[in-house]
Amino acid sequence: MTATQERPAVEIGRDRRRKEDQRLITGRTRWTDNITLPGMLHLAMVRSPFAHATIASVDLEAARQAPNVVTVLSGADFGDELGVCINAWPITPDQKTPNHSPMPSDRVTFAGEIVAVVVARSAAEARDAAELVDVEYDELPAALDLKEAAAADETGGALAHPDLGTNKSALWVFDSGEAGTGEDVEAAISKARDGGIVIEREYRQQRLIPAFMEPRSVVVDPTGEQLTMWSATQIPHILRFALAATTGVSESKIRVIAPDVGGGFGGKLQATPEEWITWAVARRVGKPVKYTETRSESLLSAHHGRDQWQTLTLAADKDGRVTGLKVDLLADLGSYVSLVGGGVPVLGAFMFNAIYKFPAYRFSCQTVLTNKTWTDAYRGAGRPEATYAIERLMDELAAEVGVDPMEIRKKNWITHEEFPFTTVSGLEYDSGNYEAATEKAMAMFGYDELRAEQKRRRDTGDRVQLGLGISTFTEMCGLAPSRVLGSLDYGAGGWEHAGVRMLATGKVEVVTGASAHGQGHETAFSQIVADRLGVAFEDVEILHGDTQVAHKGLDTYGSRSLVVGGEALVRAVDKVIEKARPVAAHLLEASVDDLEFEAGRFSVRGTDQGMAIGEIATAVFAAHNLPDGMEPSLDSDATFDPVNFNFPHGTHLCAMEVDTETGETTMRKYVCVDDIGNIINPLIVAGQVHGGLVQGIAQALWEEAVHDEQGTLVSGSFVDYLLPTAADTISFETEHTTSPATTNTLGTKGVGEAGCIASTPAVVNAVVDAVRHLGVNDIQMPCTPERVWRAVNRGTDGGGTEGAAMPHFGDDGGGGNQEQPGRASTEGDPA
Amino acid sequence: MARITLTVDGAQVSDDVEPRMLLVQYLREKLGKTGTVVGCDTSNCGACTVHLDGRSVKSCNVLAVQADGHEVTTIEGVAGTVDGELHPVQEAFRECHGLQCGFCTPGMIMQSIDLLNDNPDPTEEEVRLGLEGNLCRCTGYHNIVKSVLHAARSQGVQA
Repeated sequence: MTATQERPAVEIGRDRRRKEDQRLITGRTRWTDNITLPGMLHLAMVRSPFAHATIASVDLEAARQAPNVVTVLSGADFGDELGVCINAWPITPDQKTPNHSPMPSDRVTFAGEIVAVVVARSAAEARDAAELVDVEYDELPAALDLKEAAAADETGGALAHPDLGTNKSALWVFDSGEAGTGEDVEAAISKARDGGIVIEREYRQQRLIPAFMEPRSVVVDPTGEQLTMWSATQIPHILRFALAATTGVSESKIRVIAPDVGGGFGGKLQATPEEWITWAVARRVGKPVKYTETRSESLLSAHHGRDQWQTLTLAADKDGRVTGLKVDLLADLGSYVSLVGGGVPVLGAFMFNAIYKFPAYRFSCQTVLTNKTWTDAYRGAGRPEATYAIERLMDELAAEVGVDPMEIRKKNWITHEEFPFTTVSGLEYDSGNYEAATEKAMAMFGYDELRAEQKRRRDTGDRVQLGLGISTFTEMCGLAPSRVLGSLDYGAGGWEHAGVRMLATGKVEVVTGASAHGQGHETAFSQIVADRLGVAFEDVEILHGDTQVAHKGLDTYGSRSLVVGGEALVRAVDKVIEKARPVAAHLLEASVDDLEFEAGRFSVRGTDQGMAIGEIATAVFAAHNLPDGMEPSLDSDATFDPVNFNFPHGTHLCAMEVDTETGETTMRKYVCVDDIGNIINPLIVAGQVHGGLVQGIAQALWEEAVHDEQGTLVSGSFVDYLLPTAADTISFETEHTTSPATTNTLGTKGVGEAGCIASTPAVVNAVVDAVRHLGVNDIQMPCTPERVWRAVNRGTDGGGTEGAAMPHFGDDGGGGNQEQPGRASTEGDPA
Repeated sequence: MARITLTVDGAQVSDDVEPRMLLVQYLREKLGKTGTVVGCDTSNCGACTVHLDGRSVKSCNVLAVQADGHEVTTIEGVAGTVDGELHPVQEAFRECHGLQCGFCTPGMIMQSIDLLNDNPDPTEEEVRLGLEGNLCRCTGYHNIVKSVLHAARSQGVQA
């Protein structure tokens, strides 16, 4: 730790109440949908009801005649100015990436795709007129089931894009033997089949919907010299670049503003058709236009997350020491390769080995196009899927060996003396202490007492059984080193920018390229600046989310804002201090060498003379008396590109009660100890953890995007898509251990995704643990009462598996030492 | 069009509205009361919760004409003044970090006030059940529940 600890840190580590809250709790907010401009027109979208169809004809006349309709446009009415929706991460050079028009004129590829847009004087009139647009479709076979889609080709099966001749988009492979980071996994598996243990499983990562509370909204004002877009987005800077790159407008003529943004969770990390269409319409009609989606449109057409089949083989010696892990993923892209697209499962590639010392590892991911809503980042993006798989497998291995699941983890994890540790997937973990977090969590949880209660309930055949679930997770976050992103063929870097402006009155404006949407950057960043610059917390203003103010940035996702953006901030502040130093020396008539800077004040060693940084800012503003040749400004910028990701970790423990007669599950207790390095604001950190936990728990127990046989999203409203409520959830016990990151000055690690990554396997492990003695070794997510009941009542087979394939194993069961390898996923039969 | 006259946040307002106009649309579009927001189309999320004659209602589920002659209080009307003293429930949400993005917050606060009016000293379970009609995606509810319990305690002290 550097300079921060040389001065008293009065702000960092303090549970400051948030600066943001005064406005938010009094309703003085600037959501995009709140913005009203003179002459503003409103849009309504006409969407395809079919998952896959050619557009035979579009009749816009009746809609055009409707009251107060200005115009109605279909894809055919636009040319190149409509632009395209981009994929920024082609994961392989030969990735099949179908051209993605925001509003196609020939063929629709999922139920919900936009085919026409109505422009009217009010939103209600636009929606009324949208009903009058008459589109004739010729239905095509739709590729819906992920496994069937992966198997389809020109000889049979539905193709999402028939002209591609396949639904396979890209195959991405990492093999530790080939990469030189480990041994050959096939050899490890062969060896384990002869006297060791082989665990073979297939797990389903169901499709989820980010379901941020603020529906997406976009306003475009074409009446200024710069075209201005307000959007409910996480990525104003990336949007600006993408608009320039695809719509023929000079980047310097584009201003993008993310005003108050009501949650994102990755769901607003997208360049959307709706934004592109609104942009094109505003340019066409020359007036400000607004589009705000309904919740149904949001659930239908804002990108979804997860949606994978995971085929897994874990090899171990008979004592439970893992010797190899092989992972084959099928990942559903939906109907196009969206912004990050196939990069999401690839982000998980480095995390299946988690906190463990696996000698051999192979990962492959086949991305597949289907006629469903496109998938992309959702909180954790690739890492929850990986963590789920390995943490479930470690429990299965423990069951096979016949030891407590924590013992298996201890046998395999990296010990704290071994850091920095280079993993089998080639990442260098800089710091961590899994033993310490685990010890603390187990004590808080009362692990041994709960195990004793579990035994009592089993022994007495209690109707309600108790299960304990463990998740000792880590993640890679803080996206990201630009060189690494480049080596993975990502289309941009991972740096972040910050600027510090010293105002004449001594107040400080801080510009950040991060773009908060609920995280509390204004508070946490103010704390960092206040400590480092020695100014009052209240005197710091954090400016963000407007490309005219924060002209450079790579925005907010991947738990990057503090660890990348915060470090840029530290460096910009340090530059301000260094620029002020010669001014202070000049004004104090002292040598620079005799000055020390502490708590916001330059003082001359051995004297009582000194000046505060604010006073120097005022003197520089006046510029009456500066050192010869000095530029009259203290303002400074810094752009930081990390050398490594960072690696938060934690031990999460969950106790679930399962009613074996009804299948109902009840969370009894949830304890987590997260090591996220040094903490800037414990209050904000706790909030991030709680929110992440519930999203991860919701994947385990409640949420799933469900399509019918026609490819219609049937969970397309909050009536059907089961977001948890306060009544469904409990209060959590959260604590921390601290292993500071070594790759940033403040020693911080990301926290935004941690809870969501860790909690899902903890919950499912607990549910399975509660009924394992009844012959159950898996229950497919979400673990609804029906699925739990079926699993309990049918033992290991647990019911139909949606045609689940035998994973790596042939019809003969592949020689694994389980009774029925592969038939592990348990989904209730359709009633 | 129908003529309606009502009191919103202490001020009398009068407008001609389409019979189909929802109360939330009236508040946002006609009155500029954009503190009240729309989060869904199915009255599940509760983001639009306001008080109608002192009781919480989801304003997406009430027609503007139904509010004719009644008194509506929104999030913008619960504090004494714009920058003045906060309502104890607002203060509790800030104190306990009961909000992150803040989109559900107006509805959560309005519902919480109603809940505490009914039951000034609720248990955690009662708070959780009382907020069942309001969705939040950021906080995991932990700190929202804590905020309401905190407000109950601080109101109890005042009383």
